[in-house]
Amino acid sequence: MSSTIDDSKRIIINPVTRIEGHGKVSLYLDDNNKVVQARFHIIEFRGFERFIKGRPYWEMPVAVQRLCGICPVSHHLAAAKAMDMVVGADTLTPTAEKMRRLMHYGQILQSHSLHFFHLCSPDLLFGFDADPEIRNVIGVAKKHPELAVQGVMMRKYGQELIKATAGKKIHGTGAIPGGINKNLSIEERDTFLKEIDKITGWARSAVKIARDYTMEHLEELKDFGSFESNHTSLVREDGAMDLYHGRLRSIDADGNKIIDDIDYTNYLDYIAEEVRDWSYMKFPFIKSLGPEKGWYRVGPLARVNACDFIDTPEAEEARKVFMSLTKGKPNNITMAYHWARMIEILHAVEKIKDLLNDADLQGNDLVVIGERREEGIGLIEAPRGTLFHHYRVNEDDQVVMANLIVSTTNNNEPMNRAVQGVARDHLSGKEITEGLLNSIEVAIRAYDPCLSCATHAMGKMPLVVELFDSYNNLIDRKVKN
Amino acid sequence: MNDKISFIIDDREIKAKKGQTILAAAQEAGIYIPRLCSKEGLSPFGSCRVCTVLVNGRAQASCTQPVAQGIVVENSSEKVFQIRKQIIEMLFIEGNHFCMFCEKSGNCELQALAYRFGILAPSLPFMFPEKDIDASHPDVFIDRNRCVLCGRCVRASRELDGKHVFQFVGRGPERRIAVNASADLKNTELESSDKAVEICPVGAIIRKRVGFKIPVGKRLYDHEPIGSDIEKACT
Repeated sequence: MSSTIDDSKRIIINPVTRIEGHGKVSLYLDDNNKVVQARFHIIEFRGFERFIKGRPYWEMPVAVQRLCGICPVSHHLAAAKAMDMVVGADTLTPTAEKMRRLMHYGQILQSHSLHFFHLCSPDLLFGFDADPEIRNVIGVAKKHPELAVQGVMMRKYGQELIKATAGKKIHGTGAIPGGINKNLSIEERDTFLKEIDKITGWARSAVKIARDYTMEHLEELKDFGSFESNHTSLVREDGAMDLYHGRLRSIDADGNKIIDDIDYTNYLDYIAEEVRDWSYMKFPFIKSLGPEKGWYRVGPLARVNACDFIDTPEAEEARKVFMSLTKGKPNNITMAYHWARMIEILHAVEKIKDLLNDADLQGNDLVVIGERREEGIGLIEAPRGTLFHHYRVNEDDQVVMANLIVSTTNNNEPMNRAVQGVARDHLSGKEITEGLLNSIEVAIRAYDPCLSCATHAMGKMPLVVELFDSYNNLIDRKVKN
Repeated sequence: MNDKISFIIDDREIKAKKGQTILAAAQEAGIYIPRLCSKEGLSPFGSCRVCTVLVNGRAQASCTQPVAQGIVVENSSEKVFQIRKQIIEMLFIEGNHFCMFCEKSGNCELQALAYRFGILAPSLPFMFPEKDIDASHPDVFIDRNRCVLCGRCVRASRELDGKHVFQFVGRGPERRIAVNASADLKNTELESSDKAVEICPVGAIIRKRVGFKIPVGKRLYDHEPIGSDIEKACT
């Protein structure tokens, strides 16, 4: 990590570590050395929408998941859902839909486990200001070996589920336009069933860890990078949390519905994106509220806030406890993301158990095809939040337009707000302390951002740092390869 | 008259029919010689050179070179291995082969050869040539990015389908597979059921809407290297 401060009152911190991809933060100070603006820059380049043009539509679920190695399943399934629409598969066979759901819950389990146990637990267990030498996953493994092992095993279980449903742990091919290319064998099912109760127990413990941590540190956390915001998520028609499919809902900071029960194929009527010249990542907002007031949060916190209930018993109990903290109103504490994320892990594990006991997974009716369409839109609740895939396909079966709004992009403005809040509260004078650096990283990490995904990085790009004075003259430039 | 002749391949004496190619004779004896343009049922072509062997010390394409009494053929020496590996690498860098989202992956002979030869990444720089695609046909898709100019489609159309849908045009780096029509593939007499469609060793000519229907684990080369069937046949 490097940091600089210059006379033009601009502080740059990069790279932010323990998030997926690379980020850079700029802080702008006023004459009194107070933070007036924070920018969480996305400096990697995105090109997927361009280079998939001309490719055949059935390639999309496999091609676009290459955006990311952490949650490729989300892109795989969002693209597959869009292509279901293109091939006219309005209702999948039970086997196809349940196999896809199993894949997705496996993905939620592995991604949330990775984030909580490996990336975040060092901050929570050792404190934000702890020595970075011990505040890492190795430190966790030494001091809390049982937690580190649970994290690894839960992730492995999720990855094995992905392999059983998609064919490979990373970048599989299971979901195809109109369905799925395999079912779950009895042998595969029984292997998973043997372990499911142990995994459920660990998920239960993880919820407790996150809840206890939040409650014990509530005074410290409630204002940490927190702010009131709108929350957006898919919810099932009856208002239940549904991570695979649903209707679009946005609520405000008090829980009032801004949009609700929206068929997501009409998303363009409700969501727009703003471009700012300092970031490759766009800033989505709810059209009716405009860019100033229409930005929103997505992901675990938004989902737990936006749903009316969770349809699995243990996760529902956990949700009620979570919501009681804010008396049923949306929880706007940034650090509560971790708790919400663990509630989702428990929900995913409960869902996995239900699915494994469902004989439809052994069915052989895998694909349906209907009337061909020229447009496909697929939304899914990825681990990091609502993911939008939108394609147009010509009569020769080639993709002619693609628009992807990824989860981290939806959280762009909130991450900037969180950084600004933390910096304002923790910066004293013109000096960047280790504590400030840590706090900024902790706030960003709460969102579990995936920058390679949000900008679709092509390889590892060099880091460029440029310094401008107050007249916008370039006074220094450094390149880190 | 005895029409059998004998020759040596990798220190082993085998019998062959007169006029038989080295590749065919070796295969009958359970010896796999890697190949790409060669395909049973099609006339020998000798364009890809993946089947190169050393015949009495000289490099020859075994798919076109007939056997001769007493020749000594090197098929599995380090020198031959390196020649073939370089040829396969060149096929990769001269095209745009993105196995990660190619539907032929797992069933692709070029990819399978790369695995057999332990090629994880080419040692030569990619050329990233500009290639076009032809999606005009209702049921067949041509992606020239993946074409290795093996000519199987040209021969299959002519020899098996009784048509002349495909033909080479251009020379050197400009060489490409063209279609026998005033415009695009849709203007030819090609049908989805033609042998020329299914015979492509890579993903250059594919049937539309098949995509990734075959799951990982059930693809041709998911479990055994290419050529295993030939090698097993003799054991």
